[in-house]
Amino acid sequence: MNTEKKQVVIIGGGPAGLAAAVALHDLGVKDLLIVEREKHLGGILRQCIHDGFGLTRFKESLSGPEYARRFIDEVEKRNISYITETTVIELTEDRIVRAASKKGLLTWQADAVVLSMGCRERTRGALQIPGERPGGVYTAGVAQSYINLYNTMVGKKVVILGSGDIGLIMARRLTLEGAKVEGVYEILPYPSGLERNVEQCLNDFGIPLHLSHTVTKIHGGRRVEGVTISQVDQERNPIPGKETYIPCDTLVLSVGLIPENELSKMAKVELDSRTNGPRVDASYQTSTPGIFAAGNVLHVHDLVDYVSMEAERLAKGVVDHLKGATSKESCIPVLAGEGITYVLPQQIGDDQEPLLSMRVQRPAENIAVVVRQGEKELARLELEEALPAEMIQILLDPEKIKSDQPMEVYVR
Amino acid sequence: MKKYDVLVIGGGVVGSAIARELSRYQLKIGVLEKNPDVCLEMSARNSAVLHGGFAYEIGTNKAALCVEGCMEFDEVARELDVPFIRTGKVLVGNTPEDMESLKETLRIGKINGAVGLEIIDEKRLKELVPAVEGSFALLSPMSGILDPFQYTIGLAENAVKNGARYHLMREVTGIHREEDGTYKVETSKEDFRTKWVINAAGLGAVKISEMLGITGYKMGGTRGHYIVLDKAVGDLLPMPVYPVPSTTYMGIHVTPTVEGNVTVGPDADRVTDLANYGVEQHNMDYLVEDASTLWPHIHRKDFIRNYAGIQPTWLDREGPMKDFVIEAREDVPNTVNLIGIESPGLTAALPVARRAVQLLVEREKPEMNSNFDPTRKRIQRFAEATPEEQAELIRENPDYGEIICRCESVTKAEVLDAIHNPLGVETMIGMKYRTRSMMGRCQGGYCQMRIAQLLQEEKGLDVTQVLYAREESELFSGRVR
Ligand SMILES: Cc1cc2nc3c(=O)[nH]c(=O)nc-3n(C[C@H](O)[C@H](O)[C@H](O)COP(=O)(O)OP(=O)(O)OC[C@H]3O[C@@H](n4cnc5c(N)ncnc54)[C@H](O)[C@@H]3O)c2cc1C
Ligand SMILES: Cc1cc2nc3c(=O)[nH]c(=O)nc-3n(C[C@H](O)[C@H](O)[C@H](O)COP(=O)(O)OP(=O)(O)OC[C@H]3O[C@@H](n4cnc5c(N)ncnc54)[C@H](O)[C@@H]3O)c2cc1C
Repeated sequence: MNTEKKQVVIIGGGPAGLAAAVALHDLGVKDLLIVEREKHLGGILRQCIHDGFGLTRFKESLSGPEYARRFIDEVEKRNISYITETTVIELTEDRIVRAASKKGLLTWQADAVVLSMGCRERTRGALQIPGERPGGVYTAGVAQSYINLYNTMVGKKVVILGSGDIGLIMARRLTLEGAKVEGVYEILPYPSGLERNVEQCLNDFGIPLHLSHTVTKIHGGRRVEGVTISQVDQERNPIPGKETYIPCDTLVLSVGLIPENELSKMAKVELDSRTNGPRVDASYQTSTPGIFAAGNVLHVHDLVDYVSMEAERLAKGVVDHLKGATSKESCIPVLAGEGITYVLPQQIGDDQEPLLSMRVQRPAENIAVVVRQGEKELARLELEEALPAEMIQILLDPEKIKSDQPMEVYVR
Repeated sequence: MKKYDVLVIGGGVVGSAIARELSRYQLKIGVLEKNPDVCLEMSARNSAVLHGGFAYEIGTNKAALCVEGCMEFDEVARELDVPFIRTGKVLVGNTPEDMESLKETLRIGKINGAVGLEIIDEKRLKELVPAVEGSFALLSPMSGILDPFQYTIGLAENAVKNGARYHLMREVTGIHREEDGTYKVETSKEDFRTKWVINAAGLGAVKISEMLGITGYKMGGTRGHYIVLDKAVGDLLPMPVYPVPSTTYMGIHVTPTVEGNVTVGPDADRVTDLANYGVEQHNMDYLVEDASTLWPHIHRKDFIRNYAGIQPTWLDREGPMKDFVIEAREDVPNTVNLIGIESPGLTAALPVARRAVQLLVEREKPEMNSNFDPTRKRIQRFAEATPEEQAELIRENPDYGEIICRCESVTKAEVLDAIHNPLGVETMIGMKYRTRSMMGRCQGGYCQMRIAQLLQEEKGLDVTQVLYAREESELFSGRVR
């Protein structure tokens, strides 16, 4: 079988892959290839026909396809090669990339690989919701693609479980399409999606949000007939006697996203149990040399703007790697401390200028996020309000990083 | 009205095995199945274990047919291209009482003819299954695991290949013996006429039996829950691990699947509703708790699905029924009645079918079908091929280059093959059991819509006609405006 050499193979042509490609090209890397399994570039944005994208990156409110278009245009302007309808099915530790396409089985030997495969949605199986197994249970992203890409209506009377952003957006979308959304039920005492989406997707449409509630049973042997909703206590356990039965024909789940890991695992990339994505250093290099990751494959982003910017930063690390300028061993661990769910990168070299990305564990007001190395405070960010839904970023000054002691990020 | 020599009622593993064995003869064979597919009931909702035959009462059909089915399975698996691994199996014990029970099981097993049974010590146990908790075990080297969907579908497709006809979505509602001695079989859709009736209706067997005029059987149900674990833990379980069995029930076990997942279960909950496969929270919690003492690798992060199966619990005039009944009563001529085909009905399906067919053959003396071909190929799986073979597959058929299901790497070529299967089903579950699409960690998040689309295109279905599993399980309510 033919194996073609490539400097960089980018797996996934969503916003992360596109931004990485453009940035790499601008840094002088021309021997690039984007491999995308769909017919078109653009990733998940193709189905996000609502607006609100690009506020940070372009200071403009764009729809998903419009936002993606900007990057696709940049890719095309530069004649960066890409192939679509081609699915990468194998990735080895030494960066052999194998893909299936109608034209044949394609194999590349890459000097560097960029993982930008995005994420997948958590399913009913992962939640283990009791009850029967009828038709009419969808994850929010699947419902979104049915409606927006396939022009297909999933139901008429809908209950939404989970207040993730896609669920909130689907509550509005389904309502606009004539369905009755009975309510959004969230097990946590606070919404897990962006405040903006709660406002614009639920409140503006009079759709109730029930916090500290979850679905404890699905009814219907063929198509969904209804769900049992239970109020939960602080430990998230259903409170006996606090159940209600809600008749509906559709249950939409918006209960979280998980980085797409199949290929990362094949390439022996170490994963982080908190982000569920690869562990990386400040140049977004994974534990497997020459394999980099950015976007939702690395950790789940709330805003696409941060995805693009992350991928642009990654490009520099890839270029260094291609030059053989292996930065010093990345030996300083970065730890998530009190009040922080996760922090990225998990490891940095003392010559790197890391952008730390993190999330707080619970909603809080008037806090400070502190980055500390031993006794020394490296950075501090004062926040009037912090929500787990909203990613926080802190850029560190490499001059300040002196020792190779672990760094800790915590809320005070 | 369609006319047959034999109508088999029920298209599960037993009915399909009967249809296939009947098709060795020159007979006009029909199978009536109420569901849109052949494996939606017991045959799809079990532990998928090929049992060794040591746990059944000496002298019963169950014991004999189980051993027979176990020993011959390699051949039928080869003929029908059914994924099957003779993994062996252990029953794990800790206490002196456990040891006594296992010795008794060993004794019974030897009399039943189960091959190779031995009691092994902790060291050997840990060599066989390093991740298990236990002090000693009974090892049954002939036990194994199989793909129950492929087995049932394989039998059915092979029967069709040899001339049998399946009528799906035909629930039998009444049976009448006509003046000329033939039977009129009424279904939810149309009536059929036939000389012989074979009752292989599983959980519906008592009803059919009564329609035939054979009374005296009663049935309750026991629901067993299962949790399916991710392939990530599959390597930690090379063979099924069971606790020491009680006299009534095998206990909650952990079982590898031929595809590399692990199933945990089943428990045993008495139920009266035999159509409700609902799963309860406390049962699932209990599964995890109980099975973790045997095999401590059951973690939430690896849960990808759950399901329940219903075992019939049978009674006859004397009380609890201990054996399979395979009968051809002279007072109800031209019928074969199967009652009580509970576990190990998957293992024993073929021997059960041969007994049932034998009863007909003795009386009817049909000619042999000289064109009978025992083989069937399952859909060629892209994911199982080597890169060279994959390249070749795509060269021959470019649809092999289009991945539809990302988790299991199922291609468009496979999905199209499944859509055009010999039985002709139009459901998502039907695709799933034939191709493994939608069975991976994302449970169809990526591929379901593509498959729904292909189904509509290939079968000319309207968007509202795409079914999830059963009748009236429509996936969509219509178009967006
Ligand atoms: C359903 C959904 C809705 C969202 N809605 C919004 C929103 O409204 N606003 C917002 O700001 N953010 C939203 N997001 C958040 C998301 O973080 C970003 O918008 C962004 O799309 C993530 O970019 P990405 O490039 O990392 O991943 P994706 O956009 O998912 O792109 C990954 C690409 O990789 C391809 N791919 C994956 N595996 C392979 C393979 N093996 N071979 C070839 N190609 C492969 C995929 O087909 C896809 O095109 C949403 C996310 C999801 C999942
Ligand atoms: C929880 C559980 C675990 C098990 N584990 C194992 C195991 O590990 N190993 C093993 O060997 N065995 C096992 N078994 C047993 C095995 O699954 C069954 O014995 C076997 O599948 C029975 O096959 P069947 O064809 O008789 O039943 P089914 O598969 O239930 O088929 C009967 C068919 O008849 C149809 N039908 C019913 N009524 C009508 C009607 N009126 N008109 C038309 N069609 C009708 C049904 O729709 C159904 O498709 C297990 C069973 C259960 C429930």
